[in-house]
Order: sequence, then C-alpha cells, then structure tokens
Amino acid sequence: MTPPTTPVAGTTQPPTTDEKPASRTPGSGDSWTRWVRTRIVNTVPEGEALPDRQPVYVSSWVYIFGVLTLAALAVVVVTGCVLAIGGTTWWHVASLGHFVNSLHLWSVELFFAFMVIHLWGQFWMAAWRGNRTLTWMTGVVAFLGSIGTAFTGYLSQSNFDSQWISTQAKDGLNSVGIGAFFNVLDPGQMLLWHVILLPIVLGVIVVLHVVLVRRHGVVPPLDLVDRVPDDLARSEGR
Amino acid sequence: MAMTATLSRPTSHGGASHGSAQTPDSHDFPTRPYDLVKEFVIALVVVALLTIGLAAAFSSPDEKAVTMTTWAAAAPSDVIATAAGELAGTTTSAGYGPPYNSAADGQKLGPFSLQKWAGVRIPVDSANDLVLAPLRMVPGDSGLTATLATWDAAPADTQTAWATAYVTALAAAPDGDPTKVAKGTYGPVPQIASRFLSLAQSGGLEGALTQSGTFYGSDATRSLLLLADGAFLEDQARARSLGGDQWGMMNETGNYPGQPWMWLYTFWYQVPPFATSDNADAQVWGLMMLLTLALLLAPFIPGVRSLPRLIPIHRLVWRDYYRDHPRQ
Repeated sequence: MTPPTTPVAGTTQPPTTDEKPASRTPGSGDSWTRWVRTRIVNTVPEGEALPDRQPVYVSSWVYIFGVLTLAALAVVVVTGCVLAIGGTTWWHVASLGHFVNSLHLWSVELFFAFMVIHLWGQFWMAAWRGNRTLTWMTGVVAFLGSIGTAFTGYLSQSNFDSQWISTQAKDGLNSVGIGAFFNVLDPGQMLLWHVILLPIVLGVIVVLHVVLVRRHGVVPPLDLVDRVPDDLARSEGR
Repeated sequence: MAMTATLSRPTSHGGASHGSAQTPDSHDFPTRPYDLVKEFVIALVVVALLTIGLAAAFSSPDEKAVTMTTWAAAAPSDVIATAAGELAGTTTSAGYGPPYNSAADGQKLGPFSLQKWAGVRIPVDSANDLVLAPLRMVPGDSGLTATLATWDAAPADTQTAWATAYVTALAAAPDGDPTKVAKGTYGPVPQIASRFLSLAQSGGLEGALTQSGTFYGSDATRSLLLLADGAFLEDQARARSLGGDQWGMMNETGNYPGQPWMWLYTFWYQVPPFATSDNADAQVWGLMMLLTLALLLAPFIPGVRSLPRLIPIHRLVWRDYYRDHPRQ
C-alpha cells in the first residue's frame, strides 16, 4: 500500500488506492459527470445494451423486422447524404445522381415496409405490456416522423411529383392552420425540414426507442399460466 | 429456430424499473444465445443488396416539372383564362383565404376555424402578385405600359367588371379560344392576358414569380399557386391517374409504389361524406389526428388494448414457446 504523500505545489497528484470513493467525500454528490454516468448506467445497465443472450421465447421471424427497419434507416441516411453531396439538381442531370436517387427511394420503401410489419407485429403481441408503454409510443411517434420526413422528401424532388403533391397537400395542411407555418409550396423550406429538422427529431426518437427496448427487454408471451400481465388483468377486471 | 434453454440470468436492477410485481419480467425467463450485432450486420447487407437490386431493376420516377413555357405552349387558352381569372378574383388562390389572403375564412373543423386563426402568414394578392407584378417587370414595352396604366387608372369595381366579363366570355367561347371571344366591354384585360401569355412563352415568368425580388429564388409559392389555378397541371396529373379522387396524394408518376403508408389519409377522400364535403380537408385531418392519437394511446384504450388477446395472432409469434408452456 502506498503511503500518503504530501502534495508538491504545482504538481498533480495521481489518485492513490487509499483515496476514498469520491461519492463518499463531503460535497462530492453534486458531480454532474457522476450524475450523468449514473443515469446512463441505471437506464440501460451494463450487459443489457448489447446482450449476447435473449429470452427463449424470442424465436420468430417477426423479431427480425425491428432490426431490418434500423438497417433500412441506415441505408436511407447514407444514400440521402450522398444525394446531399451532389446537390439539389444532381439527380436530374447525372446518371449516377439518378441512380443514387433510386437507391434513396427504394431504401425508403423498404424502410416503411419493414417498419409497418414491425409496428403491427408489436401491436398483436401487445408489446406495451410490462411498463413498455413509452416504448410503444416512441415507436408510433417514429412512424409519424418518418411519414413527415418522407413527405418532405417528395416535396424536395423539384419535379412533376413535387409540383402535384405540394399543390394537393397544401389544402389539407392549410385547413387546420399548419400550412401557415409549414409551407409545402416552398421547396427551400421543405428541403431544410427534410435534411435537417426531421432527421434530427427522428434520430433522437429512434435512439430513445432503441434504448427503451434494451432497457425493458423483449415483451414476454401473452397468457402464460403462471404469469398474468397486469394491464390485461386490469382491462378484464381480474 | 433451435432454442437452447439456459438458467435465468440475474437482473442487475429491481423489478420496479421494469414492471409491477404481476408483470412478467423478460429477464426472469431462461435465455438462449442471440447475436444482435451479427443480426444487424446481416440485415444491413441484405437491405443494401435489396436496395441496389430494386434501384437497378426499377430505377425511380423523375418526370420534369411543368414550366410556364410548356404550359403556355401546350395550353395557351388556359394561361389566358387563368390570367383573366386572377384579375377577376375567380381563381382558387384569389378566393382561398388564409394563409394567402382574407378573401374567405377557409375550412372549419366543427366550430374551430383553425385556418382563419392561423392568419394570413403567406400573403399573396393573386391579381397583383401572380399577373400584374411580373408584367410590370417587362422593360421597353410601351404598349404594355399603357395597357397597365389603363388598368391602374380604373376603379376597382370597373376592373372586376372587365375581368369577370372576359372570364365569362372565354368560358363561352369554343374551346375557350381567346380569338373566338364575343365582343364585349373587357377594358385592357384581353391585352393584359395576351401579354401575360407572351411572357410565359418567353420563359420569363418563372423568374418573375419565384425570385420575389431576391437574387436567390427558392420559394415557389407564387408559381405553384398560379399553376394550380390553371387547369393544365390537374389535367396532366389526372392523365397520370394522380387526381385527388384517384388516390393521387399517395401515388407518383409511373408504376412506382409512391407513399402507400398514406393510404388511410387518402382513403377518406374517396368516400362520403368527405368526398363531397366543402370541409373535407379539415374533416379528414381531424379524423386522422384522432386515429393517430388512438394508435399512440392504444395501450390505454379499453377494447383496443385487448385486441391482441382477442385476435390471437400472438400464438403464431410464440408458437415455439407455447408448445412447451401452456397458455391460460
């Protein structure tokens, strides 16, 4: 054991094994770093962020659609970034740009296909059980955010589809007052929503959704003899 | 899928954070090996290859935007009629209401005038902004200057009377042909509309509308409102099966899937009472917001939250587990 040493002015003393844990020293409870670290560890404990085992009931193809959705989102983001590098007219004038535009389109179609199957799969599994309500709700919000992001993408294409969709969509948005602030006839505004605002919001929601999935684990099967989901019990007056 | 049952792994936190005492905790079940990272990487490769295959096989639609020049070349009578309509205040944009002008209150959602309450935040004076202002930018045309001066000198009622009479006469003319319009008191309106057509044919109209006085023009509000006021854009869309009553909002040009995830929103426009309602947009939006809220709050809605149990699709999902573990 290293004996305590007297600090020398102007030098930094490395911590010794004799030092008490900082959390036990007076006044150390207000460490912001420690607070954030504790929150992170408590939210998704070590080993649960990326577990190498799953409950035995996780044995169906339906579970694959969640990760397929994430994979498709990654392809959507990458192809979108490549389009952004080329600029707003690239896909009209260059064959490579048009191909990347096609990649972006089809990855979006796959993304939605996977996400809708995932959403309905979770619905029929009543996946909100066991304090997973927020997981369900963030998933629904992610779905809505994805619709908005895809919609602004269609408005940003600067082609006939953009013209027609925007002139049709304006009436719905204007009728409930949204159009006054979210002008679908302004491709500049729509492009910024498409490439900045909505992806940031969607990204945060997706991260939150995945963290909640990892925090609570995969929802157990319905109607087990020895385990009665409390919310179903409530709904049935049991 | 082969399962390797193992002992329960201990949870590193209490049940309170994962559910109440009656809720089964996923961490209390036996486990089997599961490689999440490998699953994601394989999914990523599969999706990337699928995307490349679909893009290579089917490409993507990119039909050129309609320009004022193509509009003027393909449907000159429509350009003339639209210009006259803007001056008469009979076009869709001229009588739209918020957020473009105060010509109407807009749609209502029950007792709520959300459209009106949002206010006129994108002001567009259809006659001036869409027709007269672009014409005033044309340099070196004394005839046009005199025509516009005649228009400007007339009282508002007279202007409206001229333009309305010309709109009516155009509608009565064979094929809407301006050269076959009956004689009448139209003031300078036929000259203004004719010169507007020339400007559109020259390709100068887009810039005059889109730039809105700035070097960089990125706002197409005026151009699109003008295009939508004419019949040409809708004719082109309907020819491609994109009309509002043809599930147009969710489709796109060519044989492409479009936005099928918007099927429910588009569906309501196809059926009564929405298909014939003057407030269809607000009503459909209201209904969709309600349904969206129901989806979001499904876990709290009695009946809805019990559907998964009543319609036992979950037995397919967990059939492996149920084989060894009896259900209630």
